[in-house]
Amino acid sequence: MKDSLVIGGVELSSRLFIGTGKYADHHQMKEAITTSESQVVTVALRRVDMDSEADNIVNDIPDHVTLMPNTSGARTADEAIRIARLAKASGMGNWIKIEVISDSKYLLPDNQETVKATEVLAKEGFIVLPYMSPDLMAAKQMEQAGASAIMPLGAPIGSNKGIRMKEMIQIMIDEIKVPIVVDAGIGKPSEAAEAMEMGADAVLVNTAIATADDPINMAHAFNLAVRSGRLGYLSGLGPISKKAHASSPLTGFLG
Amino acid sequence: MSFYTKLKEINTLSFDELFENVTNRDVEKVLKKDRLSEQDFMTLLSPAAENYLEEMAQKSHEITTQHFGKTMQLFLPLYLSDYCVNTCKYCSFSVDNDFPRRRLSMEEIEQEAKIIADMGIKHIILLSGESRMHSSNAYLKESLKVLKKYFSSIGLEIQPLDTEEYQELVDHGIDGLTVYQEVYNEEIYAGIHTKGPKRDFKYRLDTPERGAFAGMRSVNIAALLGLDDWRKESFITGLHAAYLQDNYLETEVGVSFPRIRPNAGDFQPKVDVTDKNLVQALLASRLFLPRSGITISTRETPEFRDQLIPLGVTKMSAASSTVVGGYTEPDATQSQFEISDERSVKEVKELLLAKGYQPVMKDWHILS
Repeated sequence: MKDSLVIGGVELSSRLFIGTGKYADHHQMKEAITTSESQVVTVALRRVDMDSEADNIVNDIPDHVTLMPNTSGARTADEAIRIARLAKASGMGNWIKIEVISDSKYLLPDNQETVKATEVLAKEGFIVLPYMSPDLMAAKQMEQAGASAIMPLGAPIGSNKGIRMKEMIQIMIDEIKVPIVVDAGIGKPSEAAEAMEMGADAVLVNTAIATADDPINMAHAFNLAVRSGRLGYLSGLGPISKKAHASSPLTGFLG
Repeated sequence: MSFYTKLKEINTLSFDELFENVTNRDVEKVLKKDRLSEQDFMTLLSPAAENYLEEMAQKSHEITTQHFGKTMQLFLPLYLSDYCVNTCKYCSFSVDNDFPRRRLSMEEIEQEAKIIADMGIKHIILLSGESRMHSSNAYLKESLKVLKKYFSSIGLEIQPLDTEEYQELVDHGIDGLTVYQEVYNEEIYAGIHTKGPKRDFKYRLDTPERGAFAGMRSVNIAALLGLDDWRKESFITGLHAAYLQDNYLETEVGVSFPRIRPNAGDFQPKVDVTDKNLVQALLASRLFLPRSGITISTRETPEFRDQLIPLGVTKMSAASSTVVGGYTEPDATQSQFEISDERSVKEVKELLLAKGYQPVMKDWHILS
């Protein structure tokens, strides 16, 4: 069964996106990307050191993946736009994950500023994937502004708490036409599978893999979980019944 | 708004009694919590909590890894000038100390920048003695033109400035502000800062807030440990950081734990702060402020710094010179204080990798 996801004209057979922060070293990161079989890898422009051959993180990202630079560190739409342009000018392609965070305490995204940045960058020809707090109206505005996919958080970033925003994300999956990528908060492979079973188009994982005792095997585990969750979704999960069905129904006498 | 109002409230607490009354059971209860109150923070700084340092360390390590990953950000200080108008009894740059003073020319700054950049360092902090005449905004703006060619993040640790002055420097590429209150006890503060504008306790106390208001991306504060009871000083530093973070959500608030080092005066620390004490202050602060940056400088010995790496530290300096022009001429003139860890950037990077930490050299990109 062919089941591919198309974003920005790129056909993806893997629905697991990977982050690059928090690894103990670049070699480990590279191995984890390989085992995850991910085809989309996000990297913070703030961490990219173009002047250093040895320290440049981009050199350790396998060539076959689509690079998705992110605007980590941006506190306003304007800063996100400037970071996106710098990324493009540095030869990192035209995908951009917009992250606008003006809250250093919980690191929650600012949806309003994110909508503004999405609009400007989509017009400039970027493939824009905004990271956001799950909210249907904001998601619709981002879609309208030209977002190629929308990335709601499952739980606060780095929290490993799972899909705490489940109801809101489900509504977005049901109502938004562009792909929904659940980003942030996924702590376990089973939670990635859960997002996929809900009908999310993809998930993005960083902390849970990068800070695992064995990041390389954890990347593999997430790869399997995402594929398994997707297959479950496609196969048509049965409706969940709250009670067991009685073998002797109450209305059996009616024949 | 000012932290001074909060400080006056804090000063009404009977610290000795509060710290002594903490029981083992109180500590155990706090260790089960995810979000710590001010009272919980005090509990972790108490003598009773000394029995739980390992548990605190495990938790601190876990939280830090979760939020920052297995990474350590490296930076270096760049001393621009040692002219100073203050008398601080514990500092070699104090105006009373007689030594040939120096301020770097633009050519000399470029020379220092090249040497630091060649080590692979991308983040620097500009330091000077406190002299508005010598480390003026005009001079700093000139310096930034040179430094922006070499570095991706430039912080400031100079005399306190007004909000508008900080705004001007932010517009020219400064993104971080470090300012230590030195001591939160106003009486002790008055006794060791005897001359110069630094005598104005409240102006200094409000400095990090002016920086945050002016749009600094990061603000780093500290008490100089050894000037007053470290438990009380660490408690107030943590509350000051929390106050700043609550009021300036956009700013990353960080804390440091500088211990007094030998200097050119004859000042002796009032209080002995042991390694164990410093570790407790660091761990309690991490648990109270889970996302704050925590810096450990080369004031500490290599052996001790190595042990601190997994305990919650997120930023380290390396191969630091505390001398104006010290990277170009390592043996020159007067240092601000003696450093203990003289290892090169390369050695520190190798050590971090061996300990399972990725040395992060670049973590910002100047946009202005």
